[in-house]
Amino acid sequence: MNAEPGNINQLTEHLFRRESGKMLSVLVRIFGTAHLQLAEDVVQDTLLQALETWKLRGIPDNPAAWLHRAARNKAIDQLRRGRHQIQFDHTDEERPLLESGYTMGPVMDSYWNELTMEDDLLRMMYVCCHKDLPAESQITLMLKTLCGFSIAETARALLTTEDAINKRLYRTREFFRQNRIRPSFPPPAALSVNTAPVLRSIYLLFNEGYAPTHGSELMRREVMNEAIYLCSMLCRNEHTQQPEAFAALALMQFHAARADSRTDDNGDVILLQDQDRATWNQQLIREGIHNLELSAGGDTISRYHVEAAIAYEHCKATKFADTNWQRILALYDMLVLISPTAIVHLNRMAVYRQVHGDEQTLAQIRLSPYIKEWEGNYLYHCLLAEIHFASAPQTAIDCFQRALAIVKQPAERRYITEKMATIQNV
Amino acid sequence: MNDYLLLFRGGNNEWMGTSPAEAQAEMEKWTKWMGSLAAEGKLGPSQPLQNSGKVVTGTDKVVTDGPYMDGRETVGGYLQCKAASYEEAIEIAKGCPILEQPSGTVEVREILSMNM
Repeated sequence: MNAEPGNINQLTEHLFRRESGKMLSVLVRIFGTAHLQLAEDVVQDTLLQALETWKLRGIPDNPAAWLHRAARNKAIDQLRRGRHQIQFDHTDEERPLLESGYTMGPVMDSYWNELTMEDDLLRMMYVCCHKDLPAESQITLMLKTLCGFSIAETARALLTTEDAINKRLYRTREFFRQNRIRPSFPPPAALSVNTAPVLRSIYLLFNEGYAPTHGSELMRREVMNEAIYLCSMLCRNEHTQQPEAFAALALMQFHAARADSRTDDNGDVILLQDQDRATWNQQLIREGIHNLELSAGGDTISRYHVEAAIAYEHCKATKFADTNWQRILALYDMLVLISPTAIVHLNRMAVYRQVHGDEQTLAQIRLSPYIKEWEGNYLYHCLLAEIHFASAPQTAIDCFQRALAIVKQPAERRYITEKMATIQNV
Repeated sequence: MNDYLLLFRGGNNEWMGTSPAEAQAEMEKWTKWMGSLAAEGKLGPSQPLQNSGKVVTGTDKVVTDGPYMDGRETVGGYLQCKAASYEEAIEIAKGCPILEQPSGTVEVREILSMNM
């Protein structure tokens, strides 16, 4: 009963966070999305009960099962009370079973097993990425409900205020109250179409953490890890796995493997050519390669496939000079067809320069229909500055000045200012 | 070695609104603290207590609900431990994670021994 030396159980990493996401998904299945807040309260209550009970008794042998049991009991409590207080969704065929005293117990028990809980979490992921919710609300909801982030943590992760997060969540709960979305897997025929917004949101979330300008190093890594966790769940489950998801997972792993090498201890930007490639996480790169292989199954090529292939080319080069720019440019030629945005075209120009040199790149840029959009992007002015760096230093300085007028992040500003100083010192 | 009883009060309400990660971090502090006591062979029985109970009073054995007190005065749990002196028992108490919360207190009491 009491803890013996060496007999004190440890909690596995992120146990509370992972279990809260799963428990919430099951509770939403029980109460309905209209009662998201109730499900969140039950999860919170369960974790507090665990904390109070385990503190002096030690952690039970199977902490996850203990949590599920506690949440199950609290859910039954709520259902019994809720008969008079809460109007549940009666169009759901499982609802009458949950409301009858005869069937409530067994039906309830069937919900709390590891296998179906993962399914529930994935169904909830599709709910979070409902097409009528704005993108910022989708990623907020994923962090809050699936990843167990608090309001404060979500605000820190998405670089916004707690007020803003509260507003997003309020509107989302209102949306669910009015629209009564039932968590479900997309039918096989619509899998790819319905998963596209889910992958987009996961990748958007990943990029929140990947941005080198993110305030906190620790939070940056957490957010990237959560995005990878969500995507690997999609890949693991037979209802949701598909080539695009494997490609997106590979892409994020290739990026995450190199994330630490992109800034120095002061948070200053280190360019690709100057990064210490020995610090790249080879384990993540190997996992990425494996997932990239698994992504080859389908008959369509998504932007994730091409972007992962590009990221892989960078991972493969043991030094900057070994980079296969020809191959990367060929991949960019594909990418601009799939995803013809101004920023992709701009990135292609930077790669084009590595293959064809300054003069030809400048000629290409002048012909591009995207110049107007590029004008508002500091990276465009930096690229122009690089092109003029050797031949026309004054023009390069002008370009850097224009970049400085746009960019706000201190790390990028420091980088540009330093670059300008090197020209002026020549 | 003498036996000491540590009584814990307060330190509960602050946990409303915390995240799973924070709750887990708190849990891990307790595991670490109790684990180090256990490793030194100093950990005795320890249990958390329900917030509410009954009080039986006087010769009439009157039963009332309670004790109803301010949350920070209610005993939330106890831990028995071994220590060479009061000083050591106090040092053990100082390591308790409940003291990281403003309302948390640990009362340290020596258990009377049969040895004279």
